Formats: sequence, C-alpha cells, structure tokens
Amino acid sequence: MRTLVIVFVKEFLENLRDRRTLFSALLFGPLFGPVLFGAVVSRMLNQSVIEADEPLRLTVSGADHAPGLIRYLESQGAKLDFTTLSESAARSAVRSGQTPVVVIVPLEFAPRFRAALPAPVLLVADSADSQTRKVAGRARQLLSGYGSAIAQRRLEIRGVSPLLVVPVAINDIDVATPAGRAGAVLGFMTYFVLFAVLMGGLYLAIDSTAGERERGSLEALLSLPVARGSLVGGKILATCAYMSASLAISLMAFVVVFRFVPLERLGMSANLGVATAIEFFAICMPFVPLGAALMTLVASFTRSYREAQTYLTTVLLVPTLPIAFASIYSLKTQSSMMWIPSLSQHLLMTSVLKDEPIAMWDVVSSAGSSLGIAIVLGLLTARHWRRETMLG
Amino acid sequence: MIEADALCKRFGSIEAVTQVSFTARDGEITGLLGPNGAGKSTCLRMMYGVLAADTGSARIDGIDIRGETSAARAHLGVLPHAAGLYNHLTARENIAYFGALQGLTRDQTRERTTALAQSLGLEGFIDRRVKGFSQGQRIKVALARALVHDPENLILDEPTNGLDVMAIRNLRDLLRDLRTQGRCILFSSHVMQEVAALCDRVVIIGRGRVLADDTPQAIRERSGAETLEEAFLAVLGEPEGLR
Repeated sequence: MRTLVIVFVKEFLENLRDRRTLFSALLFGPLFGPVLFGAVVSRMLNQSVIEADEPLRLTVSGADHAPGLIRYLESQGAKLDFTTLSESAARSAVRSGQTPVVVIVPLEFAPRFRAALPAPVLLVADSADSQTRKVAGRARQLLSGYGSAIAQRRLEIRGVSPLLVVPVAINDIDVATPAGRAGAVLGFMTYFVLFAVLMGGLYLAIDSTAGERERGSLEALLSLPVARGSLVGGKILATCAYMSASLAISLMAFVVVFRFVPLERLGMSANLGVATAIEFFAICMPFVPLGAALMTLVASFTRSYREAQTYLTTVLLVPTLPIAFASIYSLKTQSSMMWIPSLSQHLLMTSVLKDEPIAMWDVVSSAGSSLGIAIVLGLLTARHWRRETMLG
Repeated sequence: MIEADALCKRFGSIEAVTQVSFTARDGEITGLLGPNGAGKSTCLRMMYGVLAADTGSARIDGIDIRGETSAARAHLGVLPHAAGLYNHLTARENIAYFGALQGLTRDQTRERTTALAQSLGLEGFIDRRVKGFSQGQRIKVALARALVHDPENLILDEPTNGLDVMAIRNLRDLLRDLRTQGRCILFSSHVMQEVAALCDRVVIIGRGRVLADDTPQAIRERSGAETLEEAFLAVLGEPEGLR
C-alpha cells in the first residue's frame, strides 16, 4: 500500500513536469472533442435552419405550356427562373452544378392536361448531392400538391366528392421531445467524451511502462524490495488521475460549447448544463480504471515509446467499436447491453441527454462490468510485470 | 557477502550460465571479468533476483535471493547495466524515490542523501533536473540511488561504460572508499585494466562457466603470464579471447 502511494505520487508529479503529457492529457485530449463538435454541429444546424426559411428556387423550362402550374408554384412562394432548355441541356446544367434543380414542362403537357390525361413534368436533379436532393424533395412536394389540387377540382366538377379518393387519413404524431431530437444529433458527442478519457492517460501509460524501459530505469526499479503488483497499481492509479482530470476538463468544455450551439432554433433543447456534466462524470468514472489498465497492459508489452504509441492509438479506437456496431445494426437499448463497457456509457449518456428515465440497475451493471474488467486487466498487467521477460 | 552457488540458466537452447559458483567477501572488491556475451549480466541478474536460476541459488548475507527476495534485497544495492534516471525529476528526487521504495522514512532519506551527496560529490547539481546531466553525473546519481538504504553489499554491472577517464578514476576512488567501509562490492567488466587496478579478487567467466577465481596476482602467476591481460587470454583459451 505504501509502495503504491509512493509510486502514484512520483508518477503524478513527474508527468506534471512533462509538457508532452500535459498537452495531450489536459489540452488536446479533452478539448479536441468539444471544439470540433461545437464547430460541426453549429454549422450543421445553421444550414438546416437557413434551408427551411429560404424560399425554394427553381429553374423552369417551358413555362408557357402550363400557366396554371406556374401560378400555383408562385402562389406557394417559389422563386422561379424561366429559361428554355432541352432535356439534355438541363441534364448537363444540373450535372455541372450550374442549377440545382430544373423543372421541364414539355410541349405535350397542355394537350394531355386538357384531355384530363396524366400530363408529364420532368424534374431534373442530382440525388448524389445532398444539398440539391433537399431542393428536389421540396419541388416534388409542391408539384404533387398542385396535382392533388387539380384532381379535387376535377372530381367536384363531375359531381363526385373528393373525399372518396381519400380513404385513409394519415395523421403523424411525433412523440420526439425536443431533447430527444437533440439526442439524435448529439449521439456522437459521447465518443468524444470517451476519447478525452483515454487521451488523458495515454502518455502516462506509455511513460510509466515503455518509457521506463526506454530510459533504462526499469531494471533498477525491478531490483527493489517491493511487490511488483504495487508498482503496477501505483502506475495505473496515476494514469487514472490524469484521465479523470481530462474527463472533467472535457465535460466543462462541453458545457461551455453548448451555450453557443443554437440548438433551440431547431426546437431542440440540449440538456448539457452543469448538473448533466456531473452525471456524465459519474457515468464515465468506472470507464477510467478500465482504460488505464488496458493502456498500461498494452504498453507493458512494448519496448519503446514509438512502439507503444502505435499500439495505443489503436486502443483509442476500441471504444468506438461497440458504439458503431450498435448504431449500424440499430440495436434497441436493452439491459444486457449495459454489461458492455463504452457502449453502456454511451447509452447512459444518451439517455441523460434525451431526458429519459434511467434504471438504477443499468447504472450498476455498467459500472460493475467496467470495474470488473478493469480489475482483471490490472491483475494481468501485474502478472506480466512479475515475469522475467519484463526485463527485455 | 554475496554468494553464487552452482547457478545455471538456459535461454531456449542456449546455455547462458553453467554451474557458476563464487563468493564475494566483505571488505573486498570482486571483479567479474569476461568477454562480451560470456554471461556476466545473466549471472548478476540472477544474483540480484530479477532472473530466476534454473538450478542453483544466490545468497546475500546468507539470505536466499529467490526465497526471501525482499529481505535479501534490503542488504543489497544494485547498479544495473542500464542505470537510467527520471529526467523530469531532480537528482535529489531520483534518490528520494528509491529511498522511499526501500522503506526509509523521509528524514532518513534526507540524511542519507546529504551524506551521499557529500561523499559522491553531487553537491553541485543535486537539486537540478537530471535532463542534460553528463554520463558521469548520471552514474554518480545512480550510484547514490543504489546506496540510499546503506546496503552492506553492492552489485554493479559494467559501471564504467560510457565514462571518460576522469569519471572512471573518480568511480574507482568511490569504490575503494566503500571497500574501506567494509562493504562487499561485486562488479562486472570486460576491461582488463579496470579489474587489475581495482580488484582484490577476480572471477573470470567464459561461455557461462567460471574459468578462474583467485587474486589477480595468483591468476597471473599460475598462467605464467607477465600481465593480467595475457593471463586472461591464456585462461580463456585463444578462440575465446578472439571471439
């Protein structure tokens, strides 16, 4: 126990003097996520808000063939540019990005319309481009709105109730709360939180193992009359301390960033105040020793800083795997998932963001499994340190 | 006193150390002499207990190093082949860290550090960070670190490696001082002059076996050679010497 404290204090202080450790643990690691997240999300939100408010701009060719349609589109607030383009000219104009969407009213529109036959309208768009896809969607909606208005008129003239062709009335009831909608957008912030946790301990895990070997202090350390388990314990604990600091800084940064992200403009509210940040901290704390033990174990097998860095960068990606797996297969949250570290922290944090109730048992199993695995990894590390091969 | 008793160690199919037995006595400097790859480091590592002997044993003041590792190590200071320091700590903090891990109190560590700083000549740089120290300064700090708990026995693995002439002379004087204090010093080297200048007793190792174990003078006389160097080559046999 005494050994453990001595090693902890020394590793903690030594790394406090190491600029590389400080930079990655207290600056780059914790701030990378919030800054990137804030920039990306506010750009995303601004864009979708702008799109909804802006009038639809359409390029129309052959407007003379359908004066009624044109009047309807203008009455719905669409801004129209009139040109005369052949179909192939319209195709190349859209493909080259000159105009996002072209509506072509062909010559046969008028006679077919008069004869009450389906009258063709061509909508030229590029579905591979997400921006023009949205414009095309709005154009399609307007055009079919015109279609159903005409259909109703025709039925009325013939003395048929237009209600006959509406056998089913669909009413969408969206139960998504504003916080829930935000949760979908904010889903990927949880990974940044876990990333900050791991980055916080990355260099300390390397320095206290591979670094010890590279600078040649390991053998002297191993020749001391102390239990190797205590050495490993102190090193893992020091790594935990830096990881917790990184986690705390990262969460504080998220709280600040969320003040500036205009989520309200989308009718969303993001629940990330100080209270939520504290809940996040509690949810992620059991992940800290797990990450520390994992990184220390992996780094213990390496011979140099460089080699350790290579392997640990891979470890940084490990927590994404369960999260990615669950979202690719759109797995519904189940209590059994709470046994999987990183995924369980992700799900719990998402629930908090969405303002959903959280089962106590889920919190307990998330923390329990993470801590359990942390202990196993810690014991494996200690066992490796007791081996002769540790000398290298 | 440091004793090796029929130590054997294999790495895979390679027999690194075979039946090595010798004794390093208190108040004497014992040199473990051998060409590169002869098994000196492996021997020493078994004696300070970071490697387990396949058969045989090593004792520090009569305590078995593998049986009661902690008790035996309390009587032993070690300066391994790679005696790296923590660059972000000062020399004093480096020494204090090992003092604490040896179980000394803060006061004991402070006292010992002051004493060692004086006897090893660390005063000029003891409170500077180790980063940027010369090799000679580093060895001195590492030696102070190995001696912080005032051990009766000291094992040094090629301590003069990378030192300049002045630093080597300095280290020799230090080791002689430690001998005068009645300590048992065992060090390895592949440099003849080193051993000839310093040792009361020489153990020559070649291909993992003890080839000679006596005073430098006796070894020289027995082989009929003029110098210890010639005696060394004679003891090793020609091919071994050229290896």
